[in-house]
Amino acid sequence: MHFMWFTERAYHYMPDEDPEKYRVYENEVIRKRSFFATPNDLFEPEVASKLLNQYLDEKIYTDAELLNFDGVMLNEHHGNPFCLGAVMDVEAAALAKTTKRVKIVLLGNPVTTVGNPLRLGEELAMIDLISGGRLVTGWVRGAGSEQLANNANPAHNREMLEEGIDFIVESWTRPGPFRYEGKHFHFRHVNPWVKPLQRPHPPFWMPGLVSPDTADYCARRRYPYIALATKLRPTTELWDFYAKAAAREGYQAGPENFGFMQPVMVADTQERAEELGKRILFGGAFAHFARPEWMFPSGYNSKAATRRLAQADFGPNATNKPLYGEGGEKTDAEIEGVKKIIYDSYPELQRDMVMIAGTPDNVIPRLNKVLDVLKPGIFSFWLDGPVPHKDRMRCLELLNRDVIPAMREHGRKLGLDDPFTRTPGGRALNGRPHEPVADLDALKAMGF
Amino acid sequence: MSEATPIEVALGSVSLKVLTAGEGPPLLALHDEMGYPGWMSWQAELSRARSLHMPLAPGFGQAPRLEWLSCVRDLACVYARLLRARGAPPVDALGFSFGGWVLAEMLANDPGLFRRLVLVAPLGIKPPEGVILDAFELTHRAHLEATVRDPAATPEFDRLYGGKPTPEQIEAFDDARAESARLAWQPYMHNPALPHLLEGLGAQVPTLIVHGDDDRVVPRSAMLAYRDALGGAELATLPRCGHRPEIESKERFVALVRDFLN
Repeated sequence: MHFMWFTERAYHYMPDEDPEKYRVYENEVIRKRSFFATPNDLFEPEVASKLLNQYLDEKIYTDAELLNFDGVMLNEHHGNPFCLGAVMDVEAAALAKTTKRVKIVLLGNPVTTVGNPLRLGEELAMIDLISGGRLVTGWVRGAGSEQLANNANPAHNREMLEEGIDFIVESWTRPGPFRYEGKHFHFRHVNPWVKPLQRPHPPFWMPGLVSPDTADYCARRRYPYIALATKLRPTTELWDFYAKAAAREGYQAGPENFGFMQPVMVADTQERAEELGKRILFGGAFAHFARPEWMFPSGYNSKAATRRLAQADFGPNATNKPLYGEGGEKTDAEIEGVKKIIYDSYPELQRDMVMIAGTPDNVIPRLNKVLDVLKPGIFSFWLDGPVPHKDRMRCLELLNRDVIPAMREHGRKLGLDDPFTRTPGGRALNGRPHEPVADLDALKAMGF
Repeated sequence: MSEATPIEVALGSVSLKVLTAGEGPPLLALHDEMGYPGWMSWQAELSRARSLHMPLAPGFGQAPRLEWLSCVRDLACVYARLLRARGAPPVDALGFSFGGWVLAEMLANDPGLFRRLVLVAPLGIKPPEGVILDAFELTHRAHLEATVRDPAATPEFDRLYGGKPTPEQIEAFDDARAESARLAWQPYMHNPALPHLLEGLGAQVPTLIVHGDDDRVVPRSAMLAYRDALGGAELATLPRCGHRPEIESKERFVALVRDFLN
């Protein structure tokens, strides 16, 4: 198995150190029902500088000292304090030089919002060269809000993503100079003088929130699909969807085709872990990443996805439902009422395994059950919320010392190969239909 | 007339769906960026003495996309071809918001297409003061509500858009907005060349610009810029009215259009 560490690199104040700024910032997010569009006059560069360096230090620490981690994962968001990594490749470049061992996993680069795939290919090639070939580069459409924040036309998003990926591969693999004239991208002189160390190119993985369109694309391309903290049942359904598409391509999907990201908080005592784990709900968590009109601008979704949303009215993840209608609270007391609803959902979040918090002994059996059900070859721990640096570091130590070895052993028994030990798409079909990729009996046994 | 009859018009490889109603001299009418919402009372009024022809814009929820359309001028060329194929020019024409912009592009390309033009709160020219409302940051519901001064006081708005939208309606709105994005995401809902291309054409094709005095979608400065670019046009401002004079102030709107076209 491939074990990774991920955090959104959120902008935060700690409630114990700066309670008033913590309150003002959280109230602003809740009032707007959205982290996206939080006014940036709340941004303090000194705070961001400290946080960004702490987040990088964690990753460097997993590389040098916490040897059970195999990779560090980055993503990017724009115009949003939910994630300070606005240009992920800058962080990846820093890690390429300051780490020696871990894979640098980018999930992923938003080709359409970057807008220039030739330049993006050059950035990625340089990261791969500097890191000595440790880059895993992923691709994303970018959330709907990213399209607004970058003036990227949402109606062209998927077309541009697919054309951009193909162009980047071509720019790395086809001898130049050559001219490229596509539908959305045009380059009259393609001849990059930096190309990746890994040949023909670094591995491609793609993350998602159980979008069938993305899963189908990944299955056709034999790219591993990483589900981002989605609930277990819809994730098993997506695995099956991917496996069906893989069977149509003539191969059996296996653990090497799947990854899962899981919010965790591990501490020395159960009480402390649960208290800090609750902080992932800060501001309403991912359900408040951006309001629906910003998450799903017109043209961003496929017809099928629009139809599903028209029936359902919300997006997946976190609490899996819109928290409280339209908002519109005027007073702090009203905001406090909303916060109460948010934080009161914590037991439900824990029951649904959206957050797994506890001591190592407490979390290991639960994490192993996730492995039993989903059988992923890739597993990423995700810790977010305003958790102090020292507690985050302690969480990493405990994951490294106790949790990963136990999970790795469990994964070994389950035969969970990762994409580095078994090529995705290389498993033969043993007759049709395909063999199941998730264990629904294990899911049932968990009470889901 | 109580409703329109849809007909398919083949123009080479292009097939257009055109709603027709009434008898009399032809009047081309182009719907707005939210797509055609259904039969409206202004259509019943104007089709008493005119044959109304309303193409459903490809990709706007009621007719299939033309994959190769990439800008508003492309759509204007398709409609010009429709007029020529029907042997219709010069005709009178009426365009609402985005549809007004399409008419202005047709005028800039070929003034010979038109006898008289009515542009209702047309998009297409960048307002010298203020901005065109960014519909892409709004839900379709918020966008619709912003088009009228007071939704609650506009019975026809309620009839067209009231109640909980069906999934089919949401999908049609999303189609219309997505196609708007394909054609006019950037520059947003305007063509920087248009004022230059319209220069002086008001003398050739008499034009009426209709605008509500409380239009939250397109500022008055853009109406003045249209008038200046054309080198003269009638500008009618309707009081207590938003971006949809045809449903907010229907009687005055119909009277204005009739008077101008007659």
